[in-house]
Amino acid sequence: MFYREAGQFKTNYAADQQIFPLLQDRIGIAIVLALGFLVVPALAADYWFSAILTPFLVFSLAAIGLNILTGYAGQLSLGTAAFMAVGAFAAYNFVLRLPGLPHVVSFLLAGVCAALVGMAFGLPSLRIKGFYLAVATLAAQFFVVWALQKFPWFTNNSASGVISAQPVHVLGLALDSPRRNYLFVLTIVSVLALLAKNLARSNTGRQWMAVRDMDVAAEVIGIPLLRTKLLAFAVSSFYCGVAGALYAFCYIGTVEPEAFSLDMSFRVLFMVIIGGAGTILGSFVGAAFFVVLPIFLSIAIPAAAQLLHLPFNKASVTYIEYMSFGALIIFFLIVEPHGLARLWQITKEKLRLWPFPH
Amino acid sequence: MQFFLEVLIGGLLSGVMYSLVALGFVLIYKASGVFNFAQGAMVYFAALSFVGILGLGVPFGLAVLLAFGAMVVLGVATERFVLRKLVNQPPISLFMATIGLAFFLEGLGPFLWGNETREVKLGIADEPIAILLERYNLSVSQFDLMAALVCGVLVAALALFFQHTRIGRALRAVADDHQAALSVGIPLQTIWMIVWAVAGFVALVAGLLWGARNGVSASLVLVVLKALPVLILGGFTSVPGAIVGGLIVGSTEKLAEVYLGHYVGGGIEGWFPYVLALLFLLVRPEGLFGEKHIDRV
Repeated sequence: MFYREAGQFKTNYAADQQIFPLLQDRIGIAIVLALGFLVVPALAADYWFSAILTPFLVFSLAAIGLNILTGYAGQLSLGTAAFMAVGAFAAYNFVLRLPGLPHVVSFLLAGVCAALVGMAFGLPSLRIKGFYLAVATLAAQFFVVWALQKFPWFTNNSASGVISAQPVHVLGLALDSPRRNYLFVLTIVSVLALLAKNLARSNTGRQWMAVRDMDVAAEVIGIPLLRTKLLAFAVSSFYCGVAGALYAFCYIGTVEPEAFSLDMSFRVLFMVIIGGAGTILGSFVGAAFFVVLPIFLSIAIPAAAQLLHLPFNKASVTYIEYMSFGALIIFFLIVEPHGLARLWQITKEKLRLWPFPH
Repeated sequence: MQFFLEVLIGGLLSGVMYSLVALGFVLIYKASGVFNFAQGAMVYFAALSFVGILGLGVPFGLAVLLAFGAMVVLGVATERFVLRKLVNQPPISLFMATIGLAFFLEGLGPFLWGNETREVKLGIADEPIAILLERYNLSVSQFDLMAALVCGVLVAALALFFQHTRIGRALRAVADDHQAALSVGIPLQTIWMIVWAVAGFVALVAGLLWGARNGVSASLVLVVLKALPVLILGGFTSVPGAIVGGLIVGSTEKLAEVYLGHYVGGGIEGWFPYVLALLFLLVRPEGLFGEKHIDRV
């Protein structure tokens, strides 16, 4: 009864085309943003910012990137971490070698670098799809990490291959506390997420979905496959690249190329699938799930073992974590194959009538 | 020339090991259309179970049987609790489920049997064959040759199994067309169980050989990454493709490492097979022996 479109008439084109056409949605987004920008910074402790909130936002951004490629354009990719690595190391080099450049611009340029690399590795998608393409994107994963390790120029001749991200300044403010880092990441993620949301319902987004649903039909109605697919790779890699730069500069601080391993690619893919492919909301939900889950397991398992008076050691806790992780993934795939974002869809439909039965 | 031959033979023989892992993939992909990323974890789990059972004082042969039994149980459980629940889901969901399974096995194996790196002794020494070394001055590892032999026997046995048994025929029917197979009365779920059990057996053999080579440790899971370019080269649905693909990948990666590696600083073994597979895909998207009906984009 409270969440329905009845009575909201659009009288001009601008109102008709806005990203969130429902008043309730706009209020909801405003509340979420207010929570994120005002309430959380006022209440949360530093641990929350550095261990949960910042990684959550960074991985949300990466998941949005992969979601554009896999969820919207239907091209399965296992090279997400490689594109994040390109972003991280490109940002490092931009900041290092072009000192006058504002840091935000460096991050965006890093995203552009990642987009170029992404397009190069997206070329095979013109010939192959599905699992063949997924394996092909693995080439990006291994090649990029290898190149970053082998050519010392990328890491500024660091002996160990580890880079320490420089301190970031934005508009004259130093990002020297977890809280400021969080606010900076939140700003970038909010802007980019809104852009992605808008892009997904634009001409481009619809072309992506047409290609995803049936590429031959898409081509027949005049969608240029080459351009559309490469654009999906470029935009997706741009998001991943920016996420990688934020990962290095605002979350971890010191990064080595191996940090962007295949494991991370899979993690981001899990976020997309569990959260819900083809929804921006799903990227956030999935990222939240996979950032919180390991922390929850590492607390819950020893507690449960103590409760049941089972002998446990550190190693077996790790293995139980692995097992629970795997089992939970399978569980969610079985009970909610369309992702957690689907639960929100169902809730919305229920809310139209609530509290009345019909 | 001699050096070239030695590298080539070494590469071919290590390629056989890749084929073994790829074989398990192909079996499952053919019969159920599932891209089983857990194959590497199955190799690890099989090897760990074998070493663990052996550690309890069980004789070698019985340990192999028991480990095989464990893989059968695993296959049946996978079918019962994962595949059957995910019928009619898009392939990506099944793929994700196998990644989940891989995580699960990577936890379960060391949880049951401990995580320290252990050796598998098969009674074959990893040393050069004396005759070849003396007469032609070629260094060819006895162990590698034995592994190649085992692989050959395994493939032959699988081929016979597929061609000449009732179950084999049913398997091929299911691989051809699920619906048609169902409608002539082939029990799909039983077939899937059998396929997973056979893939488990292949994983056990691969696990024993790889374990004897490099020791049984968590890094065994990574052999799956070696098998993927093999699959692309050979085609996802072809058993001979897995073998030939393995040989090509094994030999070219060693040759490339030796002859091209020093131009770019070495260590190219990790990605060279992938780039090779990529280039190959541009020419022939269905792989060497893959089915032609793959969708061309």
